[in-house]
Amino acid sequence: MSEQLTFTYTIDGDDFTRAGEASSSVKNKLKMLGVSSDAIRKVAIAMYEGEINMVIHAEGGTISVSVSDDAVTMVLADRGPGIPDIDKAMQEGYSTAREDVRSLGFGAGMGLPNMKRFTDEMQIDTVIGEGTTITMKVYL
Amino acid sequence: MTIREMKEALDAKFLYGEELADLDAQFVFSADMMSDVLAYCGKCSVLITGLCNPQVVRTAEMLDIVCIIFVRGKLPDENMLALARGKSIAVLATDHYMFTTCGILYEHGLRGGA
Repeated sequence: MSEQLTFTYTIDGDDFTRAGEASSSVKNKLKMLGVSSDAIRKVAIAMYEGEINMVIHAEGGTISVSVSDDAVTMVLADRGPGIPDIDKAMQEGYSTAREDVRSLGFGAGMGLPNMKRFTDEMQIDTVIGEGTTITMKVYL
Repeated sequence: MTIREMKEALDAKFLYGEELADLDAQFVFSADMMSDVLAYCGKCSVLITGLCNPQVVRTAEMLDIVCIIFVRGKLPDENMLALARGKSIAVLATDHYMFTTCGILYEHGLRGGA
């Protein structure tokens, strides 16, 4: 691959049952591009957690995924409420998710920590009341 | 242990994937919290859960799980099964509780991945 490829997705914030479709699509595309299964797994887990977060907390958003020779870069941007305390949000087990979200198997305070765990770089830019952009990189 | 052998040991039924019955697995993860599955599943290729919604299948897909075993008599709906079919993930259902399900498979030599 000499050029950078970019895929962009709009995430619907209303439909929990469809959350994960974008991550699934990226997983398939990376497989077709011949990316290693280790890297695909990391991207899939991190992006899926991010996608779920967008649906739970931010009523959706956009995800763009760029693939270059040396990394897969994911940029997840939403216009949700923002993250008031990033240090707290990064602690395993800390969650502000509603009880109904927990009954769906998420909201255990593992989302952001998982995103960090499975990526090589992660940056959170958040403004209260305006939204959050998370940039994650998995090296190839 | 093959998926077919798991089905027999657990008195389970195939909801999808009889054609995948000869796939072999060594490591199993069990949880109802999908974020924990994503965090800790590691090399496991079978997921035991009592949670029953489409995100279970999505989670399994992200982790290349080959078989989901629903416990406590939980039955996925047609949408979930269609998703599993699309990803070639076998789906078993057993009436056993999660502890018993894990115990039976452990006795048959399966282990946790971590």
